[in-house]
Amino acid sequence: MLNAGADPRPPYRSYHEWYAAQDPANLIAKSRDAENIFRKTGITFNVYGHEDQSEKLIPFDIIPRIISAREWRKLAQGIEQRVIALNAFLDDIYHKQEIVKAGRVPRALIEKNPTFLPEMIGMRPPGGVYTHIVGTDIVRTGEDQFYVLEDNARTPSGVSYMLENRETMMQMFPELFFANKVRPVEDYPYQLRQSLEELAPPGCKGKPRVAVLTPGIYNSAYYEHSFLADQMGVELVEGSDLRVIDGKVCMRTTLGYQAIDVLYRRVDDDFLDPLTFRPDSALGIPGIMDVYRAGNITIANAPGTGICDDKAIYSYMPEIVEFYTGRKAILENVPTWRCSEEDSLKYVLEHIDELVVKEVHGSGGYGMLVGPTATKKERLDFAEKLKAKPANYIAQPTLSLSTVPILVKNGVAPRHVDLRPYVLVSKTVKIIPGGLTRVALKEGSLVVNSSQGGGTKDTWVLED
Amino acid sequence: MLGRTANGLYWMFRYIERAENIARLIDAGLRMALTRSGATDGDWDGVLQSAGMQQAFLEEYEAVTDSDAIDFMLRSRNNPSSVMSCIEAARSNARMVRTALTRETWEATNEFWIDLKQLLARKVRPQDLPSVIETIKRRAGLVRGAFHGTMLRNEIYNFSRIGTFIERADNTARILDVKYYVLLPSVSHVGSSLDNIQWESILRSVSAHRAYGWVYDAVYNPANIADFLILNGQMPRSLHYCYEKIVANLSYLEREYKQRLDAHDTADATLRLLEKGSIKDVMDQGLHEFLEDFIGHNNRLGMQISEGYRFY
Repeated sequence: MLNAGADPRPPYRSYHEWYAAQDPANLIAKSRDAENIFRKTGITFNVYGHEDQSEKLIPFDIIPRIISAREWRKLAQGIEQRVIALNAFLDDIYHKQEIVKAGRVPRALIEKNPTFLPEMIGMRPPGGVYTHIVGTDIVRTGEDQFYVLEDNARTPSGVSYMLENRETMMQMFPELFFANKVRPVEDYPYQLRQSLEELAPPGCKGKPRVAVLTPGIYNSAYYEHSFLADQMGVELVEGSDLRVIDGKVCMRTTLGYQAIDVLYRRVDDDFLDPLTFRPDSALGIPGIMDVYRAGNITIANAPGTGICDDKAIYSYMPEIVEFYTGRKAILENVPTWRCSEEDSLKYVLEHIDELVVKEVHGSGGYGMLVGPTATKKERLDFAEKLKAKPANYIAQPTLSLSTVPILVKNGVAPRHVDLRPYVLVSKTVKIIPGGLTRVALKEGSLVVNSSQGGGTKDTWVLED
Repeated sequence: MLGRTANGLYWMFRYIERAENIARLIDAGLRMALTRSGATDGDWDGVLQSAGMQQAFLEEYEAVTDSDAIDFMLRSRNNPSSVMSCIEAARSNARMVRTALTRETWEATNEFWIDLKQLLARKVRPQDLPSVIETIKRRAGLVRGAFHGTMLRNEIYNFSRIGTFIERADNTARILDVKYYVLLPSVSHVGSSLDNIQWESILRSVSAHRAYGWVYDAVYNPANIADFLILNGQMPRSLHYCYEKIVANLSYLEREYKQRLDAHDTADATLRLLEKGSIKDVMDQGLHEFLEDFIGHNNRLGMQISEGYRFY
């Protein structure tokens, strides 16, 4: 919030003024109120591997993270460029593979990648869009300086928190929204529905019927699935509700089966169709891939988009962006060592205490090592895993991430954050001005994942 | 609407209704124990019976004591109809059909569960029991209030209401059936204080002892009590009232969907019986036989609805 001279940074000026006039005890009380709102609403997530699989609240910090209009403009341009490149990349690898032929990305990295779906080869989804909903994880290291930490092109989650955080802030501190011109995020569900409808299969007559597919109430993100379906005003379906009838995917209603045109699925590729992928999946719909290939349903995001989330592919993103857009990437990648390469592996092993090592297919903060904060034993154990399967890992330096203030017992304290803006791709690219700010609540920690004790904040993008 | 959603709504409201009824039964049992000198554990045996839990209870415990019986009815995870299990199930169903509920209805249900998890985390001390029962009844009332005040009168509303009334009719019929012998003229020593207490406890189990007083001039009489709980169209827990509602809710679906199912005929037939019958006919047929028949028909209706509207 403050710059070196202890003056508030420009976007925080008005907030800082307000904050200085507040009674700290009152803010702590408000913070508890916020928690009660979340608990009452049932905004919870399930943590896998937790004893009782019980529902947890994600801690919410009431100090907003504020981004100036100028910084946002640069971010938005960079994100748009990146998302366009991702879709072009997906189209290419499932068709001619020009990027491989040009020698910019190794063939093995694509074709041997478990997230590459041979079933998608030659398949072009309606509108040529593969990844409809994208979340790009970004860190800020200084004024106007942003790095992309990872791309989430498969099923980015967390957008419900973006919306609920804003809702909660407006309920608790309406005065702040009079004093600051904060760009709205509330119409995300509406935009999402519109953008899904826009890409309905060409054969769809009349208003397209959209549904959200969830694995069910025990899924960690179930709250979000029901929230989005509710806000969009569409059905929330499970695999057991759906069946392929006469070449269409249909849902069982109280009046019989009705066809669905667009399925926003929050079920992983592997579980989507037991006839094509995992035969033991009870979450999917037998035969949906045939319907998909016949062009009778839109699946968002398309199967096979998970390859973009792969951290080894990530390390090639600068090349990928340049290859498809003809321009240098506006947003930089964090420098990345691919442990599959011998020199890099050597370097990583020697500098493991300075680096963050991640599994290439990992997500949610599972299976990673944060060198500087790990114990010696953890580092040694991890080095063994690394040596056994080097191609499974990449490593990155720990950036000197900028911090933002959070409310603590005796005032405010700095913590590391990242930012996940949400992007909708249909015939155009729409970036919601805001996003999910995740914050590492432990002092000095760099891990922001909610499954690892991270929290969230409301994210303000200011108008000019 | 999805068949699964209709199913979820139906069961959500059945479970909320059941939780409230179990709380009432405990309340009646408590009352009986408090107002009688030398209350016996046999009273709780009767309460477990009314709740349809006697068998399940005896699988877990050797003998009936008041404290075990209350704990089993309130908190036991092994008892699918304990108040806690019911509210777990209601809330699970509510989460499943979250998109069909207004925020108010969902939050009232969720808070019910949050509250209860805390209240029932440990065995309830006898001195806290009245306030726990009160909370359950109040929380159920809040769900009902939110539901009535905010939900559209559409198919969602009607499936929910059908769940409520099928469950309520079943509960009222069972409570009566367990005590039917108390209501038989041949074995009743009319006017004895034992009978009065038994009758009052039946009425209390359905929160109707005051209402009964208004309608029948406070004279306890077995035929009147049976009439009140079976045939009285004004009594919101009577079989007649429940079926009036079920028929109205089903008619809504018939109009809305332009489709008449077996369930409609079944419900209409039962309602006609309750409208036209007199308590004398019922007693002549045999109260127990009448109730047994009714419970069977009511179950069948539930099945026909779940098939007809593709719950599974």
